[in-house]
Amino acid sequence: MPFKECKQLNLKLYECPSFLFVIMGIVTITGIIATYLIASVYLGPEIVIIAVVLVTLISIIIGHFVVQSVARIAQADQMKSEFVSIASHQLRTPLSSLNWTLEAIFKTDLDQKQLDYVQMLQESSQKMLKLVNDLLSVAKIEQIRFELQKQKFNLGNLIKQIIQELKPLANASNTQILFKPQNLIIFADKEKIKIALENLIINAIQYSQKHNKIIIKIRVRAHCNRPVQISIQDFGIGIIKEQQKYIFKKFFRANNSLRHQTQGTGLGLFISQAIIKAHKGKVWFVSQENKGTTFFFSLPAKLS
Amino acid sequence: MKKTILFIEDEGHLQKLVTQALEEQGFLVLNALDGQIGLEKAMMQRLDLILLDLILPKKDGFEVLKKLKTQEQTKNIPVIILTNLDGSDYVQKALNLGATTYLIKANYKLEEIIEKIKRTII
Repeated sequence: MPFKECKQLNLKLYECPSFLFVIMGIVTITGIIATYLIASVYLGPEIVIIAVVLVTLISIIIGHFVVQSVARIAQADQMKSEFVSIASHQLRTPLSSLNWTLEAIFKTDLDQKQLDYVQMLQESSQKMLKLVNDLLSVAKIEQIRFELQKQKFNLGNLIKQIIQELKPLANASNTQILFKPQNLIIFADKEKIKIALENLIINAIQYSQKHNKIIIKIRVRAHCNRPVQISIQDFGIGIIKEQQKYIFKKFFRANNSLRHQTQGTGLGLFISQAIIKAHKGKVWFVSQENKGTTFFFSLPAKLS
Repeated sequence: MKKTILFIEDEGHLQKLVTQALEEQGFLVLNALDGQIGLEKAMMQRLDLILLDLILPKKDGFEVLKKLKTQEQTKNIPVIILTNLDGSDYVQKALNLGATTYLIKANYKLEEIIEKIKRTII
């Protein structure tokens, strides 16, 4: 962990594992050289022994501090994940209440103004719920409690379903989603794969220019250890080369012209990648600024 | 004869919303704001379905579920878990204790929940 990250975590220099490792390295090397020099000058074994013991002691003490600071960082991380998990669970209850109350209001007689306001409420609360669910996913990923519940399902149908559900979002920006229906049965965690796909497709929609299209393809390549390959291609603003290496990082949102027009938590790709990696698959992308981006992911799913 | 549902949930708003929606569908709904009251009411009437939240004051949902599924009078009543607690270990625990379905409130619209309830009762 480089020094910059230690600063970010509010660690003093003597608490920073990298710094301590460096010191320990210097002490050990100095000690070995000194021991050799002393041994070659003084033939008395006592001095050599004292030198060796001293070096060992100092290395152990520094090592102890290193382990302590690493342990403290790991604990802080764990507490952070737990806090996010608890807070998110608590937030879901009033949010469900909110959403269901709004559903009930929709069923009553509303004038146009009221309808507009209620719709705004619903959109806001749905965004909140998505954020809470994303935070929970992230917390689960980090707590290694990310278990998969695999089942057999039709991937083609799942994609069709997602496209149907995202139609309002796509229509809002006049984006056409092209997908040739295909029947492909895979053995995977359906709920999680759905989330992974949704995040990728939502990104494609959001970062497309208006009146554009998205092409989704499934390819099955036999004789490959990850035979199922899905690609999601958009013709939007693309990702600048310098920002490409941060794309999968948590909370990262690329600096681009649409940054303020789109709403995102920066968690979607982090979550999608974690889900696909948990399935022993791979995610990658190809992108060119202003030409578009294609995201690919492959799964070693068993096929029927 | 109207089908009777017992709804064990401590949040007042949710109680109101779900009760109203179920009554609109022609069900008779009994309310319990904690696990203890829930168990008492379950013993007093003939029930067609029990809706159970897991995070409850006084007696936690899992304890209530266990009791319901071991008592002679209540063990055959279908129980649908309606909660925001998620995690496959909780789901497994509830299903192992005899729950029929495990629904996470935040993932469904109210009308979807009502549909699932109707399908279980019939």
